[in-house]
Amino acid sequence: MAQISLHVNGKNRVVNTDPGTPLLYVLRDDLELHGPRFGCGLGQCGACTVLMDGNAVRSCILPVSAAQKRSITTLEGLGSVARPHPLQAAFIEEQAAQCGYCMNGMVMGAKALLDKNPHPTPAEIKHALNNYICRCGSHLRVIRAIQRASGSQPGKLITGAVSTSSSRG
Amino acid sequence: MNTKTISRRDLLKGSGALIVSFSFFGTASQLLAQSTGLSDDGLDPTSLDSWIAVAQDGNITVFTGKVELGTGVVTALAQIVAEELDVPFNKVHMDMGDTAKTIDQGVTAASRTVERGGPQLRQASAAARQELLKLASGRLDAPVDKLTVTDGVVSVVDNPARKISYGNLLGGKRFNVKIVAAGVGWDMKVAPGIPAKNPKDYKIVGTSVPRIDLPEKFTGEFTFTQDVRVPGMLHGRVVRPTTTVSKPVSVDESSIRQIPDIVKVVKEGSFVGVVAKTEWAAIQAARTLKVTWSAPSKKLPAGPDEVFNYLRDTKSFKDTIPVNRGNLDAGFSQASKKFEANYHWPFQLHGMMAPSCAVADVQGDKATIWTGTQGPFRTRDAVAKLLSIPKGNVHLLYRESSGSYGRLEADDVAEDAALMSRAVGKPVRVQWMRENEHAWDPKGPSQYLTIRAGADAQGNLIAWDFMDRSFPWTAAEGNALLASNQTGLRATNPGFLNGASGGGQVYTIENQKVVAASIPWVQEDEWPLRTSNLRAPGDLARVFASECFLDEVASSLGMDPVQYRLRYITGDKRPAEVLLAAAKKSGWVERPSPTLSSGKQKATGRGVALANRANTMIAAVAEVEVDKATGQVAVQRITLAHDCGLIVNPDGLKNQIEGNIMQGVSRALLEEVLWDENGVKNLDWGSYPVVSYEQIPDVEIVLIDRPEMPALGGGEASIVPITAAIGNAIFDAVGARLRQVPYTPQRVLGALKA
Repeated sequence: MAQISLHVNGKNRVVNTDPGTPLLYVLRDDLELHGPRFGCGLGQCGACTVLMDGNAVRSCILPVSAAQKRSITTLEGLGSVARPHPLQAAFIEEQAAQCGYCMNGMVMGAKALLDKNPHPTPAEIKHALNNYICRCGSHLRVIRAIQRASGSQPGKLITGAVSTSSSRG
Repeated sequence: MNTKTISRRDLLKGSGALIVSFSFFGTASQLLAQSTGLSDDGLDPTSLDSWIAVAQDGNITVFTGKVELGTGVVTALAQIVAEELDVPFNKVHMDMGDTAKTIDQGVTAASRTVERGGPQLRQASAAARQELLKLASGRLDAPVDKLTVTDGVVSVVDNPARKISYGNLLGGKRFNVKIVAAGVGWDMKVAPGIPAKNPKDYKIVGTSVPRIDLPEKFTGEFTFTQDVRVPGMLHGRVVRPTTTVSKPVSVDESSIRQIPDIVKVVKEGSFVGVVAKTEWAAIQAARTLKVTWSAPSKKLPAGPDEVFNYLRDTKSFKDTIPVNRGNLDAGFSQASKKFEANYHWPFQLHGMMAPSCAVADVQGDKATIWTGTQGPFRTRDAVAKLLSIPKGNVHLLYRESSGSYGRLEADDVAEDAALMSRAVGKPVRVQWMRENEHAWDPKGPSQYLTIRAGADAQGNLIAWDFMDRSFPWTAAEGNALLASNQTGLRATNPGFLNGASGGGQVYTIENQKVVAASIPWVQEDEWPLRTSNLRAPGDLARVFASECFLDEVASSLGMDPVQYRLRYITGDKRPAEVLLAAAKKSGWVERPSPTLSSGKQKATGRGVALANRANTMIAAVAEVEVDKATGQVAVQRITLAHDCGLIVNPDGLKNQIEGNIMQGVSRALLEEVLWDENGVKNLDWGSYPVVSYEQIPDVEIVLIDRPEMPALGGGEASIVPITAAIGNAIFDAVGARLRQVPYTPQRVLGALKA
């Protein structure tokens, strides 16, 4: 066990833990954050993604000791329902989820992308998120949400548009 | 969702203190007090108060045994209630899946929630509205037929100044009204005689109300099952054999001595688990603990081919025959052209993003369970049986997990948590690791399908003989789940049948037989090839076989696939309408398949498929590009037309359809469970890949709304035709027929050489 100092969402936190503990469990169990989620524990699905010094990292395979003296941002660090980050607002606007369990990864992955490339093409978005798994299949809405957040017109750059033929007047 | 929850106990006491703050981080004893006074069978469905409560501020609380699984269905149910009661949508709060506070409306599954649960809540709401109008009639001194309701305020039609709100009429009090509630679960008819609103007057139903639950899911404020924390809670992990469950001959506890914070190694029957103070300690301990398992009583089959042979050669214990028309022998004897083919469907995973997770607090003969089950009452009953305590002593509180697609009808982990909590006398949170989930997921079963058809000299189909041979869901029908099986309970029945629709019965053929044969699969000791319902169970394989085979016939006769299908759609016009709508939207050009027009390495093609899933009609057109050198298939676009009767929430429905398409592409191109004598080989996402962003198709959706019809299911129907449409598109592109899923590059290259 060791005292580990962390800087999470702008605050300094100290936890007493095994330095080999993956950051995810410290964030969830010690700091009581819900944003980063356990999906695989193998760094494969992206549900646990956090930003470390601005880069998207998989907190399920990152020992907490490696996160010391780094700036960690979780989903909670972006905004809240009352004061959503523009990216979160765009996801809400596009209703870009089904179960939403993987959405931590999608939003954090998108944040890392937009910070480096503020106006990505759909192909660039797909490439950036290719290693984030969504089992419900909300991919097209996520792409639209990221386009919306980047100031592009969602739905126009891709043909994921939906049309309705309705007999209702 | 909403943080205010009405305590059922206070409500039942009629104390008037209707809204109380209630935290699900409360102690177990506080929570258990909620259920005091309830019988094992729970609340009385013939009491209107069991369904709906009106608070003084006009908020409506609906108590429902239906649960949100991430499909948006509870938003749709809330729309139905708001519509019927004439209250603003945001006044409706849904209290879901609490076995002490809700009626058992059956499991949330099979695209039946809007279809069955919707009318139950609509009718309860109509009964509530009727009672509120009666009360208002007295208070406003006007007959009921002179009253109107706007936003929860009742007023007199020709004197709108005379008005009173629902909150003032009833807030703080019970209805004390009996309603009719006949039958159980899905089939319960609630207040059937009460007149409901004419759909022509709908203002909320039919609109794209945003999902109640989504904003918090994008900010981390949402509480998933995985986020439930109870004071004093410990962490558990399961240790299971990799093949058929055998006995732990020795458990070497010294093997984890070096790991701090271990509380207990739990051994009960052949169940082994580890409880620790921290999650990381529990994970390390479960990985490190040395367990020697006895030789399994039964080996796993050598591989998928052995399963297909078993399906083919084993006598069915039950044949379901949805269609048996004319005389097949006569039909085939008149046929001038005959066709026959076999199709193969693999075992597939539900592959939940969140591995199974539950928290249990077992104290003496009482238990509290927080879990993401699709059947709160089913899980409650299973835990009660496992712990040998009365059902009423188990209080289950539903908390949403990730999308489960059928998997959490068999809520194994709640039992694991209950066993471990009982062993340590403290609340225990158990989360499966990814490899537990892939190994022990009760999988979507393999299917072996045989079809014969005969056509006359004019190319008309005159004989259709369809045989599906598949496994029932062994982890269903109250059969013992994993921990129960490991502690001595055994399956009591052969399982729930894997359905029979999609075998070509959407068409009418003169001589036609469709058989779904159920092959025995229940094992004495559980094994990783246990089975359960996987989204639109059985139908994907049957529609894959029937719709691809129909294309084989049409191609052989030189017919356009859409036109050929239209010949055999008689009676109900809805299948023809979705078929034509999808074809038109996709820009379908009439011609036979294959095109073979291009000598290029990358060939493109289009394919169509039609399905009827529980009376929801779906047609899909797939456009693919096939690389003839590598065998890679890229699905470029799916156009899908969908008719599920009255549409409750168009955007919610589109969201579901988009998801079904992506999951359908994934299951068609990528997904197959493989195993050997050491167990399942796809224990992570690397070995069980699912569709990625760079593999997704573009999507076009045509929604056909039918306000004159009841609302039918939209949660899973649209996944049904995807595999077949892609298979037909591959054939159209390169002239190679794939009769086995998934369409891997290896299988595509094999079919090209055939």
